[in-house]
Amino acid sequence: MTWLGFAEIAAYMAAVTVIAWPLGLYMARVFTHQPTGIDLALGPVERAFYAVCRIDRTKEQHWTEYAVACLVFNVIGLLVMYALMRLQELLPLNHAGQSAVSPDLSINTAISFATNTNWQNYGGESTMSYLTQMMGMTVHNFTSAATGMAVLVALVRGFARKQANTLGNFYVDVTRSVLYVLLPAAILFTLFLVWQGVPQNLDPYTQATTLEGAQQIIAQGPAASQIAIKQLGTNGGGFFNVNSAHPFENPTIFSNLAECMALILIAAGLVLTFGRMIGEDRSGKAQGRALYIAMSLLLVGGILIAWWAETHAGALAQGTMEGKETRFGILDSVIWAAATTASSNGSVNSMHDSFTPLGGMVPLVNMMLGEVVFGGVGSGLHGMIIDVILAVFIAGLMVGRTPEYLGKKIEAKEIKLAVLCLLVFPLPILILGGLSLVLPVGLAGIAAPGPHGLTEVLYAFTSTSANNGSAFGGLSGNTPYYNLTMSLAMLIGRFLVIVPTLAIAGAVVGKKIVPVSAGTFPTQSGQFIGLLIAIILIIGGLTFFPVLALGPIVEHLMSVNGSLF
Amino acid sequence: MSIHHPQALSLFDGSIFRAAVKDSLTKMDPRILIRNPVMFTTGIAAMLCTVVFVRDFSPVIGQIAGWLWFTVLFANFAEAVAEGRGKAQADSMRRTRTETVAKKIDTIEQTNWKNTPASQLRKGDLVVCETGDTIPGDGDVVFGIATVDESAITGESAPVIRESGGDRSAVTGGTRIVSDRVVVRISVDPGHSFLDRMIALVEGAKRQKTPNEIALTILLVGMTILFLLVVVSLPAFAAYSNTTIPTGFLIALLITLIPTTIGGLLSAIGIAGMDRLVRFNVIAKSGRAVEAAGDIDVLLLDKTGTITIGARQASEFIAFSGVNERELAEAAFLASLADETPEGKSIVALAKANFGLSESLLSGPSQFIEFSAHTRMSGIDLTLDGQNAAIRKGASDSLLNLAGLTQQTAPKDVIQSVEKIARTGGTPLLVAKNSRLLGVIHLKDIVKPGIRERFVTLRSMGIRTVMVTGDNPLTAAAIAAEAGVDDFLAEATPERKLELIRAEQKGGRLVAMCGDGSNDAPALAQADVGVAMNTGTQAAREAANMIDLDSDPTKLIEVVMIGKQLLMSRGALTTFSIANDVAKYFAIIPALFITAYPALSAINVMNLSNPNSAVLSAIIFNALIIIALIPLALKGVTYRPASAQSLLRRNLLIYGLGGLLVPFICIKLIDMLVTALGLA
Repeated sequence: MTWLGFAEIAAYMAAVTVIAWPLGLYMARVFTHQPTGIDLALGPVERAFYAVCRIDRTKEQHWTEYAVACLVFNVIGLLVMYALMRLQELLPLNHAGQSAVSPDLSINTAISFATNTNWQNYGGESTMSYLTQMMGMTVHNFTSAATGMAVLVALVRGFARKQANTLGNFYVDVTRSVLYVLLPAAILFTLFLVWQGVPQNLDPYTQATTLEGAQQIIAQGPAASQIAIKQLGTNGGGFFNVNSAHPFENPTIFSNLAECMALILIAAGLVLTFGRMIGEDRSGKAQGRALYIAMSLLLVGGILIAWWAETHAGALAQGTMEGKETRFGILDSVIWAAATTASSNGSVNSMHDSFTPLGGMVPLVNMMLGEVVFGGVGSGLHGMIIDVILAVFIAGLMVGRTPEYLGKKIEAKEIKLAVLCLLVFPLPILILGGLSLVLPVGLAGIAAPGPHGLTEVLYAFTSTSANNGSAFGGLSGNTPYYNLTMSLAMLIGRFLVIVPTLAIAGAVVGKKIVPVSAGTFPTQSGQFIGLLIAIILIIGGLTFFPVLALGPIVEHLMSVNGSLF
Repeated sequence: MSIHHPQALSLFDGSIFRAAVKDSLTKMDPRILIRNPVMFTTGIAAMLCTVVFVRDFSPVIGQIAGWLWFTVLFANFAEAVAEGRGKAQADSMRRTRTETVAKKIDTIEQTNWKNTPASQLRKGDLVVCETGDTIPGDGDVVFGIATVDESAITGESAPVIRESGGDRSAVTGGTRIVSDRVVVRISVDPGHSFLDRMIALVEGAKRQKTPNEIALTILLVGMTILFLLVVVSLPAFAAYSNTTIPTGFLIALLITLIPTTIGGLLSAIGIAGMDRLVRFNVIAKSGRAVEAAGDIDVLLLDKTGTITIGARQASEFIAFSGVNERELAEAAFLASLADETPEGKSIVALAKANFGLSESLLSGPSQFIEFSAHTRMSGIDLTLDGQNAAIRKGASDSLLNLAGLTQQTAPKDVIQSVEKIARTGGTPLLVAKNSRLLGVIHLKDIVKPGIRERFVTLRSMGIRTVMVTGDNPLTAAAIAAEAGVDDFLAEATPERKLELIRAEQKGGRLVAMCGDGSNDAPALAQADVGVAMNTGTQAAREAANMIDLDSDPTKLIEVVMIGKQLLMSRGALTTFSIANDVAKYFAIIPALFITAYPALSAINVMNLSNPNSAVLSAIIFNALIIIALIPLALKGVTYRPASAQSLLRRNLLIYGLGGLLVPFICIKLIDMLVTALGLA
């Protein structure tokens, strides 16, 4: 751990903030339908799209209509993607002659991309045709991110509006997310990546003869366009199997830095969008800032722990380089590992399986906190707001008033729904994870014995439940059993959280706004930031401490005594 | 300004204690226990653990089962003690009315009555009450006037006047007629009197959970399910790690994790909160109202009696030009002779002292015109020097109106003298004879000592105070400034008061007010917390959601504090309960897995002597902490008025950080004791 390293972490956070800030304010204009500066160019496209799809942009939706629209939209997307994979053999743009993807893997992959998880039980270059990659993966990278943004915006409107009924229009919110935010950002980022050397073509794989005279097939394709959105949309599903550790996905130190920033940028910007949409009469800026600081502290804390663990690996004075790209080294690998799991991205530039037990526990814990440390695009902040509701309720009573957040009273209904979100998330991790550790079909997939094997399974179900999608590696997941159980975990972790979240939005949008007074529970102070972090850590910790003790914690303690797995 | 307890019972009164021990056993009935999901879960766990003990006969499991049963018993005991204290309070009131025999009549004129037990009286029945009788039920005096001893309810020994019509017509069952005879129309069916409702609030079995308590219960049930999930899935993870966890230990882990502390004390906190209110001689009609009191943003306080001492004193007669000062004094004197208000009496006294007037001035037939909130004047119609005279005194705008004048058209000296009095915070009372303005009486208002400081405190809590007065804006402003209220409503009529409440509520604020007159009823009903004075009319008492038996309007402030204290006690114990879990994990997790992974002894940070003792110590701590916190649950956490920010800091430190650290120390101590006694 060097001063230069600390400076790099600080510079990373500062750079993210400097870009996220204006981006957040811009997105606030997008979602409140204010002039954005590019309406002249995009306005006609948007209107034409509404006309073709017969969307009435002025029609606002009640939370139930909003939720139904959200579910219908995602189910249709999911079916289209399933069909693409099953039929890719018959469809064009299949230079590598990929055969139809198996039904269980197709289900898993379709759900994985529709839920913004992007868990990959396949290697992209050896399984998917260009058409599947472009129309399936890339399209879902946009729509799943836009779905997250729409749900968040609906929740924010729930808090921003006073005694209203409706939350906006799902179709309009998704369209504007894609058209005004994701597409322009992805185009810019794609161009940058192409400049840095990421391939973007529809050419067949190249046959090359190596210096040693061996034959090598070099995979390529429309990579840059997919990588740009997989980073920006916190999707994380790589074009190539080893994801951003592949030189074609991540060719230079600049692409590494840019990709590492991109995977958190929009999620970070949305926190500031939230503050702007709440408005200054409820000190929205300070409210957004408080959540931003809480998230930043949790992220930096994770980076520091992982960095310390990787540089203090037992007898290895220089730290451990196993599973890391020599081009990036320890620090760039742990920053990425922490950021990709804190945000629900899941792309990797190193193999988390090879981290030290404590270093590998950081990504795991990041996800176990429920992907609220910036988290997925939209989904991270709406998850964080659920945590805020719980924190405000538990501690808020201590100031002697009915708890309220942003002037909206938190009552039985909101608590019921927030508790539902709280319960839904660990359900697949603990139950399906536990089953996989006793059923022979589950045990068959585990590579390493002992506590490390437990961590592999735990990581897989945490990653899918949390809709992160990063893989620990080591677990052979492409079996019907794991494909289907993980599909279930991803669906539960996504939609059983989205529906109660929208229900909360529907419940609070009709409420009055209690004006701020000296008796109001402060939710923008440093004290609250500390409280929020404590509640997030304690709730996550209480839920997962026993299983962590049997996985990474005991592995760490044993490795101190010299036993390795 | 801290909450004091006027009639505090000792915390564990002997008879209450004995009854509570008995009750904690009867509350083990599953049908009662299921009202408390956390304790119901604990009960099932205790049962399972007992079964395991009978099967395996392991002494440690036997002890765990025993402590689990104690956990449930302790929680029941906490509720029973709270109930017992509430009941003791209620019983002393109820006793006064149980054996009352009512003298039922059919019409007001009827003189012979039928003896009827009070419990059979229905709404609308008429009863006669004479000297020495106990009033059989809540109702309104519809005929007559009497002095009533209300000490059974209020503890105040001086009898009060109750008469038909006007704002002093309501009587409460259980109070006693000291003199005279009245006819009372019963206003409630048996079982629905205020006393009955209050008794229901402090008796656990019939008690409705309040909104906030329901929300908290949902959270606690959610956490119970969460930990059930953790514990149910743990054997699979353990099996993979080549270890089996004894069922008894799994049960112990579950119970230490679920929020038993707050779960066990939650209803005791609620009951004790109601009980505290009762002890302040305030009866709440619902628990909801008590919670709402904690949320109040705006307090509407009547100027008179709350901010100023009730009686304004006449200090000066100022005659207008062309009017003899004695003529003014005589008119004022006559207009006030039948006026029983302290102001009226003080005018009479001033006229007597300065001008030597006497009651003999009034001769011949006369008709007293009572003050009404609408006309805002009172007076007398009489024959004076052979001529009919209508003398009126009242607020300046209504008297100007009577004289056919406005602020603009009135003579300069009238306006000047009115404004001069108003500016000094006095109340100008204009006097007119046959619509001719004679002069003005200067009524001096005296702000209660210490009230200013109370408003400063309220402001620091984020509560805005609004003074409501019938005075003109100038007078109101002067008194408002002197008393230090945030705002005032001058020239208030019942309609304007209602408008003000609606406007505040529209802005998202919660409003509390108190009132007594029938014309206050709409506003009392509209306010989020409406406190009616016990001396008030039946209409006011029906509209309000709380009744102050002492009829002391300043008590509104205490009511707010009791509401806050109730919510704070719940929050503090919830935080404490959740924070406790961290230490319990550090005790139990190493104990469960140490055989499979000896390396895990590193997280046995308390260095507990062995796995059996670790689990036992955690479960003993879990049970005993409920007993240890009963006094806190009953008394409520210490409340000092302050801003939310500083309250949070203080409580987070005590209950958050304290909750994190205390169990580490206690579990270690219990472990040492358990080991020393050779229990595990």
